[in-house]
Amino acid sequence: MAKLTKSDVLHVAKLSKLDLTSPEVEKFQSQLSEVLNYMDELNTLDTDRVLPTSQSTGLENVFRGDDHTNDCLARDIATTNASRSDSSYFVTKGVLKK
Amino acid sequence: MNKLNLSIAGTHKDLKEKKYSVTELVKYYLARIAKYDKNLNSFLTVTTDYALKAARKQDNLLVSQGEGVFEDFPLFGVVTAFKDLYLTEGIRTTAASRVLENFIPQYSSTVVKKLENAGCILIGKTNCDAWAHGASGENSDFGPIKNPWNKDFVPGGSSSGSAVSVASDFCLVALGTDTGGSVRQPASFCGVTGLKPTYGLVSRFGVVAMASSLDCMGHLTNNVGDSRRVLEVTKGQDQFDSNIQSVKLAGEVRDIKKITIGLPKDYFGQGLDNQVRTKVLAAARFFEKQGAKIVDVDLPHTKYATSVYYIIQPAEVASNLGRYDGIRYGLSRDSFGDEAKRRIMLGSYVLSSGYYDRYYLKAARVRTKLIEDFDKAFAKVDVLLAPVSPTPPFKLGEKTADPLSMYLADVYTVSANLVGVPGLALPAGFSDQGLPIGFQLISQKFHENMLFDLGEIFQRNTDYHSQKPKL
Repeated sequence: MAKLTKSDVLHVAKLSKLDLTSPEVEKFQSQLSEVLNYMDELNTLDTDRVLPTSQSTGLENVFRGDDHTNDCLARDIATTNASRSDSSYFVTKGVLKK
Repeated sequence: MNKLNLSIAGTHKDLKEKKYSVTELVKYYLARIAKYDKNLNSFLTVTTDYALKAARKQDNLLVSQGEGVFEDFPLFGVVTAFKDLYLTEGIRTTAASRVLENFIPQYSSTVVKKLENAGCILIGKTNCDAWAHGASGENSDFGPIKNPWNKDFVPGGSSSGSAVSVASDFCLVALGTDTGGSVRQPASFCGVTGLKPTYGLVSRFGVVAMASSLDCMGHLTNNVGDSRRVLEVTKGQDQFDSNIQSVKLAGEVRDIKKITIGLPKDYFGQGLDNQVRTKVLAAARFFEKQGAKIVDVDLPHTKYATSVYYIIQPAEVASNLGRYDGIRYGLSRDSFGDEAKRRIMLGSYVLSSGYYDRYYLKAARVRTKLIEDFDKAFAKVDVLLAPVSPTPPFKLGEKTADPLSMYLADVYTVSANLVGVPGLALPAGFSDQGLPIGFQLISQKFHENMLFDLGEIFQRNTDYHSQKPKL
């Protein structure tokens, strides 16, 4: 049985800000279900008393000296890769509807 | 110039003896790329003018300053290619994705700067699986990369073009990234030497991020000596990457008779191709003959490593690729290829409300168990010796329709990334079909000298690493 329903795939696509075509939904539904089914093997392990690891360095609270650091990118340079810019501002789509 | 010296030390010797100039050397590599890379597709950008300009500057320096330049610039004249994930100021950087097909970085990554300051000459940017997602080189949005030993086969991935370019003598050194085996596996498939350093040894700043708790900046070379020289330059503190530790590297091998090498039983079980097993065990026997002690060790959670990796890594991918909004740089999210979409969605799913505990948190707990496995193993042995990939290189197209089978092929490489330890892939011989097979040495964190010292002993006594494909 497929682990993910079509609406699961559409929900995850929405969370991911991806627009999928209907053949894509079908393809990803079966491929992602297969991968997730495989991962269920982890649930055979008892890990209730194991602490999770999110990174392997063991470092905590790394600070740097409050000394002079390099200059930032100038505004006119920072916007050179923007699809739309206006006098060194990034132009985005409107958020609020009129 | 007719014959190339395939090491940094050899190149320096030739330059000192004026067998060729730096400009002639760069032209030699450029001519090889022009002649042979059409069928291999290992470069996305060849920086002809940029490289020639740097070469002329170095030739002048050699005249004005003499042999002192080799001390001032430890990688003087070393022609270097960078995986197209390393930002290079003013030179297009794509991550092999359509999303970044027009992206011209405004600054260079720390590793690029360090290497250029040490004398490396940037000759181009190499093709790879888009966003470093893949183990075959087939996920590039700019066409698959081919294995130079046989073009019907994959070169491995994701640092595919970097491995191919070193194997094919398109450059002397190539930089790659290793998040779950992406330097070691293509090194193994192309017959070159590939290092994944300890996590936190080499700065990640300015390299397109894949999975931030796993990403390691590694390199591919013709031999272990070169690998050591490159790491000497790339490692060390960087104000832009707070995970970097300035640690004196340990693990020197003073007497191989005092070294214990562990063979992880769980890496030699079902699923390992017999030809790979034979070559890897032959490498172990070599060290035994040199006087090292070989023992079996257990890494009992190995069978879970792939699942842990394919939960944690996509979770971090989903987060890192969230920044591509098509506003500040790059095209819109419609331009992501299939594999990137799969990983972003998988990551969003395992982090989403209702599934976080079952997948992400569970994987993070099993990651702890993997770390404990390695701690126990390194209490018994100095170093681990293992296969890199369960099979020799496979044919193009063989696994593209089945992502799970492609993921499962990462089984022997992902643990080192989850645990944070370094690994060195070395050529171990060839399959019946004449394709390279590698093995890897894995040591404790910051014990890279152990890998280099043992690797040099191996390469002094074997010639697998000096064999080259006929292009």
